[in-house]
Amino acid sequence: MLSPDALRLTINGGFKFNLGLHGSEKLNQQERRKERLDRGIKVRTEGLYALLSWREMSYLLVPRMVLILGLLFIPLLLDMYWQRVLCVAGVYALLALSFDFLAEFVGLVCLGGAFFIGSGGYIAGLLNHWMGWSPFLTIPIATVAGAIVSTLVLLPCLRLRGIYFAIISFMFPLLTVYVIIALNIFGGTEGITALDTFPNIWADQYLILGAVIVSLFAMRRLVNEDFGLILRSIKDNDQAVKASGISITSYKTKAVFIASLTGCFGGAYLCHLYGWVGISQFAMDFSILPIAATVMGGMGTLVGPVLGAFILTPMSEALRGFGQLRVVLYCLILIGFIVYKPEGLMNYLKRKFHQFEHWEDV
Amino acid sequence: MMDILIYGTVNSVVFALMAVGFTLVYGVSRLPNFAHGAIYVLVGFLTWSFVHDLKLFYPLAIFLSVCISSLIGALIYRLVLIRLRGLPTSEIIASFAVGLIILEGLRLQGIGGFKGFIGPFYTLPSFIDGKMKILDVLIDYQRLIVMGGGFAIIASLWLFTHYTKMGLSLRAIAQDEQAAMMLGIDSDRAAIVSLSIGSALAGLAAVIILPLGNVVVEAGYRVLIYALAVCIIGGLGSWAGAVLASFVLGFAMILSTALFGAVWESVVLVGAIILILIFRPSGLLGKQKELEERV
Repeated sequence: MLSPDALRLTINGGFKFNLGLHGSEKLNQQERRKERLDRGIKVRTEGLYALLSWREMSYLLVPRMVLILGLLFIPLLLDMYWQRVLCVAGVYALLALSFDFLAEFVGLVCLGGAFFIGSGGYIAGLLNHWMGWSPFLTIPIATVAGAIVSTLVLLPCLRLRGIYFAIISFMFPLLTVYVIIALNIFGGTEGITALDTFPNIWADQYLILGAVIVSLFAMRRLVNEDFGLILRSIKDNDQAVKASGISITSYKTKAVFIASLTGCFGGAYLCHLYGWVGISQFAMDFSILPIAATVMGGMGTLVGPVLGAFILTPMSEALRGFGQLRVVLYCLILIGFIVYKPEGLMNYLKRKFHQFEHWEDV
Repeated sequence: MMDILIYGTVNSVVFALMAVGFTLVYGVSRLPNFAHGAIYVLVGFLTWSFVHDLKLFYPLAIFLSVCISSLIGALIYRLVLIRLRGLPTSEIIASFAVGLIILEGLRLQGIGGFKGFIGPFYTLPSFIDGKMKILDVLIDYQRLIVMGGGFAIIASLWLFTHYTKMGLSLRAIAQDEQAAMMLGIDSDRAAIVSLSIGSALAGLAAVIILPLGNVVVEAGYRVLIYALAVCIIGGLGSWAGAVLASFVLGFAMILSTALFGAVWESVVLVGAIILILIFRPSGLLGKQKELEERV
């Protein structure tokens, strides 16, 4: 009978006629659209059939093993300078993890990751300086104590909308710097020096890489539990969660505590890496690079920010000669990604890995 | 006593000038303009460059800088923020990033011959030099101009939003966006206008206040912190609240300086914010948003 093209023309023409549309109105007649379907192997691996054969198991395991083994073997390939850079990149990765967790799973944009670093670092430095405890003691204690301090500081604004959290978390690193300088406590502008460092460079790196891997997988596990489900629903519609009888403030507090645990660990680690704490631990660098790493790496996937941090930190090291150009560059990358490609790198890769697409006629 | 009163008023007007631009933008379009402090400092440096490098007439330089600041505000909305409306996390991140680009960009050195603005070398000349005595308190003319100019700006803002069509439409969008859009007020256009006016207010604040001291990039962060503190204490989005809160905060800081010494100013600021958030979270005058504030 009628060919498909003629049929299509008739249908389209009839459609136009029936609605009486004017000629000036441009109907976007798309002849084809992109259809995305999950790959068969992805569907099989979602349940028990993941154990069906080596192929399914490797589909699940290979990306994760590549990540873990890659991170663990990179130190063997680098020279001394870049190994130091890797340590700092690990700290930024922890911060990016905490930012992504808070922003995408709880809906709180934390513009002041530097506060976590500073509080963890200062508590570790003070414990080491005043009491002389070794890094094995100060780092865990500083992680927990710093997290408690950060949560208490951010507590008053957790009852309110997310914008208050952004404002308060932005203000607090800068205000803490002003207070420290003004009251000249905790070493003032010079900071606290002559702290204990780690025995050798291998201990440095593997400690932070281990921490990154453990936090990444722990957070991944956490957001897939009931706790994570409640947090995600707080982000989407908090009135509904409240109507279910769940206390929003207590869940937000727990989420901020968990996120600040990773940040404060990074701060305590950084203090013992350099053997020094100062007000530069509250620098704007620690606040903006995790955000740029998260947006570039893919908000929502916890792996993306980690990878973004490991990409951006060496890049910023390479640009060290240009001074403040690094921060301008992070912000430009951030704005470029957030306006033009908000899904980020990891979401794109995930989509390509899990789904295949083809053009289909409309 | 009298000098606390007069200097407290000057301080309060300074805070009010810094904060009213941010409150305007947030009240109208729920956009936190984290680039507020950046525009403040940018206008200061632009005026300095116009006066020193291009040798322009001072009032002309001021006029040009304020116009450029409002243009930058409109551009920030049109190029970046308009694509992110409705995504609160992305709006916050993007405006923060724009602010940082401007602020850290002013510190750049050696890119294309641009020497960064570093160091306490940049000052803007006062409008009128000299001092006078009011009620036994020695005060210089620039501070009086700050006070007078601040009152004039706030009064003209009040007149603008109450008696002109554009101002009334901004207030309409601030009160209820859906109803205003039903009446034909375009919310994107209102956002562009509010961002231009907000940035112009930041620029005006800069040219009035900066002659009192140096122009440094750190002032950008400081101004943003003060503006945010005033807005939180007064209620985000409430214009009268911002003015009231600026008086509260200004007098609190002057009193703490007089009684305890200048080092406790930041502590007072932190304490005031935390107190307000605990006892009256919507701010002093943030009454209409009470239901949405508390979660």
